[in-house]
Amino acid sequence: MINFSIILVPALATIYLSFTDWNGLGSPKFNGLYNFITLLHNPNFYTAIINNIKWTIYFLIVPIILGLVIAVVLLFFRRGKTIFQSIFFIPQIISPVVICAVFSSMILHPRSGILGYINSIGILPFKLINPLTQIGKSLWTCMFIDCWHWWGFLAVVFLAAMRQVDESIIEAAEIDGAGFWRKLLFVIIPSIKGNIMFMMLMTIIWSFLTFDYIWILTGGGPANSSEMLSTLSYRASFYVHDVGMGSAISLVMSLLAGIVIVFYVRMQLQHEEEAA
Amino acid sequence: MTIRQNKTGVVVMWILLTFMALVTLLPLSLMVLNSFKTRMEIVRNPLALPKIFSGINYKNAWIQGQVSQAAINSILLVAGTLLITIISSCMAAYALARKKLRFSNGISVYFLVCNTIPKQLFIIPLFFILQKMGLIDNLIPMMFVYSAIYSPFAIFLLYSYFMGISKDIINSAVIDGATSWQIFWKIVLPLVRPGILTVALIVGLWCWNEFLFAVTFLQTDKVITLAVKFYGFTSRYVTEWGSMMAFAVMVSVPIILFFIFLQNRFIDGMTAGGVKG
Repeated sequence: MINFSIILVPALATIYLSFTDWNGLGSPKFNGLYNFITLLHNPNFYTAIINNIKWTIYFLIVPIILGLVIAVVLLFFRRGKTIFQSIFFIPQIISPVVICAVFSSMILHPRSGILGYINSIGILPFKLINPLTQIGKSLWTCMFIDCWHWWGFLAVVFLAAMRQVDESIIEAAEIDGAGFWRKLLFVIIPSIKGNIMFMMLMTIIWSFLTFDYIWILTGGGPANSSEMLSTLSYRASFYVHDVGMGSAISLVMSLLAGIVIVFYVRMQLQHEEEAA
Repeated sequence: MTIRQNKTGVVVMWILLTFMALVTLLPLSLMVLNSFKTRMEIVRNPLALPKIFSGINYKNAWIQGQVSQAAINSILLVAGTLLITIISSCMAAYALARKKLRFSNGISVYFLVCNTIPKQLFIIPLFFILQKMGLIDNLIPMMFVYSAIYSPFAIFLLYSYFMGISKDIINSAVIDGATSWQIFWKIVLPLVRPGILTVALIVGLWCWNEFLFAVTFLQTDKVITLAVKFYGFTSRYVTEWGSMMAFAVMVSVPIILFFIFLQNRFIDGMTAGGVKG
């Protein structure tokens, strides 16, 4: 069975990768639950969990609603649909490093950014401060920037799904005298419910794993205020050299995401059965 | 789709779309605009047009940022990853789609899990294992790591293409006496060429932009990728905004060019997962 061994080539590499986390946990010196107990006494751990939850809630609401609204508008829009669609998709393909640099130096920077420019011409009665350096605002700023690059993708996904909705259903609704809002709420949205659910599940998974934007923009600061589980784990492993602790945080994070992954796999399998 | 459109509705839609397009394009145009300006011009007004379009920032970024070396590294990394990913995923996807193997359902579940498994779950042990083996700071193990990460996606996209091939074609090839290798190379592969192109574009894009693994596993200038080099540049030349933006343009332009010419493939491929679910 040549083919069977061929399947194993990529699989082995991935099995190898995913199994290695056990080695990470049973690090040279076995110290039982020590890492987890220390973790429970670390206030940053709670900040990180709360931040992760805030992040999840924000991303479940803002980009999904924005994506849906724009998708609906594009659906009923006649000319220039593809141009708008491409424009909204572009941020998705640009490197997060580049996006972060543009936002932090050209927009939010107090000297070179638009924020500095607004301060220097003095149209506002007060001075704007770079929100990335403020304790209460840094996390929200990171969310905003991540959302900026993310919602367009959702809009395109939802639009693609809406286009697959059977037109005869919509026509039937029209004959029954349904107006725009009724068609939207009772026909189109329910038809793409599966896609919305799927993107929400993925949002939850990704929210627990989010790393790039926080790490590049704030590094978890100022004063650990925008710390996430991923940045905490990364710093523990590669900066403080406490690999056991880093792995412990990663494991907690993966378990949280794992619960959602189980749902995801079940959903996919159900879907396959329906298709078959 | 038809809808009776009243004038105010159309106007509101236009305003909304234009506004969102402006919000999307503003940071990108700032990047391009300011890459041509001197530092004084940027500080005076980041929104203004440059007085003269000078390429000096590009020259500085190219030299100080050692862009050529980093670009070569990125290209090598992308090419190597694509080669490994495409060869292995084509074979795996074909096997999954065509052959009724025992455990093939179990394998599908396994790939589904891999598709969503957190990178952070294995990055830490992987780093220390590779370090012990002396494979840190080397592009070749990186290619294998990337293809391991991205092949579940590639397999699933290709799987649907393989499923789309009619059984009759294969059956007639079997009757003509073709071996399974001949069928795979001569008949099936040419039919899924569009799928392979889509996979190549998307996996290539992800490799080009990947940050977490690249910043962890690649450390010296000899192997560092463009994205990581750019990250280093922004923290080293903090006030060289012009050169920074010139560098940013150089990182993004290849992707944007690909996107402009092949955008439907990008969009179809990247939304495939979402729409199918």
